[in-house]
Formats: sequence, C-alpha cells, structure tokens
Amino acid sequence: MSATIILRDQEFEIKAGQTVRSALSKLEIPNEAVLATREGELITDDEIIERNDVIKLISVISGG
Amino acid sequence: MRQHKLGLCKTHFLEWLPQQTERFITKYKMFSRADKVLVAVSGGKDSLALWDILNEAGYQADGLYIGLGIEGEQNYSERSLRFSQRFAEARGLKLHTVDIQREYGSSIPEIAERTPKGDEKPCAVCGVSKRNIMNRVARQHGYDVLATGHNLDDEAAVLFSNTMHWLGNYLQRQSPVLEAAHPGLVRKVKPLFRFYERETAAYALLRGIDYIYEECPFSVGAKSIYYKEILNRMEADRPGAKLIFYLSFLRARETGLFAEPQRTTGELSTCPNCGQPTASPDLCAFCRMVAA
Ligand code: SF4
Ligand SMILES: [Zn+2]
Repeated sequence: MSATIILRDQEFEIKAGQTVRSALSKLEIPNEAVLATREGELITDDEIIERNDVIKLISVISGG
Repeated sequence: MRQHKLGLCKTHFLEWLPQQTERFITKYKMFSRADKVLVAVSGGKDSLALWDILNEAGYQADGLYIGLGIEGEQNYSERSLRFSQRFAEARGLKLHTVDIQREYGSSIPEIAERTPKGDEKPCAVCGVSKRNIMNRVARQHGYDVLATGHNLDDEAAVLFSNTMHWLGNYLQRQSPVLEAAHPGLVRKVKPLFRFYERETAAYALLRGIDYIYEECPFSVGAKSIYYKEILNRMEADRPGAKLIFYLSFLRARETGLFAEPQRTTGELSTCPNCGQPTASPDLCAFCRMVAA
C-alpha cells in the first residue's frame, strides 16, 4: 500500500490513502513551495494518493 | 482573507486568474488597451504567464528578452532565450532581444568581475544592467509602459528584506506601479503582484506554457529565496499571511507611514554616454560598469 513522491532527484516512499497535504507535511515539504502532479496533471492538496501513484512535485520558488 | 484558488477546477482557474489580473490592471490604473506594453521576459513561468494573459486579453504586448551571458551547467542564458523565442513564435508575438555580451562586449559575470559591487555575486550588476536596458528599449521603440512578472511572493520577499534593513528609500518606492519620475523614464508595472507564486506556476502549467524550470545558477543561496522560505512557513501556519503582509504595507504607506525624505533625492541628470536619466552627475551606473 505505498506510493512515491518525487522532488527533483529525490524519491520518497509514502503511504497511500492519505491526502497530498498530509504526505507533504510528513515529509516536511512546505506545500507553498511546490505543486503536485500525477501523470502530468496538476492535483490539489486535498487529493487522496492512491496505491502505486507516482506524484511528481514541481518546485515553484524562483529567486535571484 | 482570500487564499489560494487552487481548489478550483482547471477551467475555472484558467478563467479566474486572467479576470483577476484584468481587475488589478484596472484598479491600480496600470495601462489600457490603447497603450503599448513591453513585457520583460526571462523564459520563466511568471513572465511568460504574464505575456500569455495580456496577449489573450487583447493588450498590445511585445516581449523583451535580455541575454545576460550566464552559462552554468545548464547553459542558462541560451536555454532561457530559446524558451522565450519558442513562446513568441508559437503565438506570432514580437520579441525584442538584447545580448549584453554582443552589444557591450562582455557578459554580466565578466562585467561583475571588474566591478567592486560584483565581487561575490553578479546580481547587483545584473539588476542595474537589466533596468538600464529595459528602459532604453522601451523608450527607443515608443512603449508606454514596462511590465514585469513579479508575483506576490517576490514582492513580499523584497518587502521583508527592505524591512529587515529599514531601507526607507526602497520602502517609499516599492510598488506595483512605479510612475516615471523623469521624462526619460518609462513607467513600470507588475500586473501579477497579487498572485501567489504557486498560482502563477499553476497557470503556466495548466496553460501548457513551456518555461525554463532551471534557475539562474547565481540564484543558489539567494537571500530572496531564504526570505520566501520564512514567509512560506508563516503562510503555512496562518494562511493569507503573505498577502496581509504586503497589502498592509501598501495601505500603511498610502496613509503616510513613510514620509518623503526632507531633501528630495536630487535632480536626475542625463548620462552623456547612453542618454538615460541618472542620479550621478557624470556617466550612469551602468555605463560606468561597462566602461570599467
Ligand atoms: S540570480 Fe542574479 S545573476 Fe542570475 S538573473 Fe537573477 S539577478 Fe541576474
Ligand atoms: Zn549611461
């Protein structure tokens, strides 16, 4: 019952059946700094992560 | 307090964001459809999203790309130019490009190496150069207004920094609309200043805008990113914190919290080399750097 979250070159194994918001908070990734996508589609923080999902995070902070 | 609209479905979000942009353009009297707008594009999400919104809404908006000559592992400048060109070509839009190395003989990192300002990072030199060139191109081609893609997170981070150092002059001037203080200066506006960075990124994604995801290699460890992270932590605890911080600042200034300095900051004179307004009596800061 697991799924994967990818941020740049990091991969995290997480439990399925929780929301994106809760997964991010457990990984201590501030949700303000990223957007979550699944199969190339944007998903909201309330979306439930299903088994075997691969969630790709897109960093939104730009600087300089 | 309004927070993210990311809960909206795709169709509604793509309607909502441009409508709001339009509202702010009107509310803050930025420009009208009769004005010629020059959008400063970097190839990143914010500037391309802004250009897309203005174009879709029927504004006369051309782009300006400034090649900084920054390489890094990713060949940053070359790649960001390509993203900007592809965007313009696909929509049949006009993109002005200025290559600093070609026009002035050295790249931003090279100019920075010769300047005392630029010994650590070229960012100060880069900022001065971009401002000079944007204004020059806007004037040369008769644009009424210069638009940049700064979002709420950018503005809140700058405000945080200005406040941390109590930079009264900067606080007095930091604004979504910068009126031309001199006939040789073009007005500047930031139509996306009310949107969270997450929202402009979502807009770019949902619209299928192909933007450069990599950052300028010199932005690594930038203070602005550090401030954004702090503000994001506040936002997580108190949704709306960033917007309140910035809007309360605008309101406070409007009601006179920051007084104009006693003596006006001096008349601007004209740079004998590039002909642009400058606070210095001789060459402007940009021409001094290039000549160094
Ligand atoms: S990070 Fe610095 S050098 Fe790079 S584009 Fe921004 S201001 Fe210029
Ligand atoms: Zn000059």
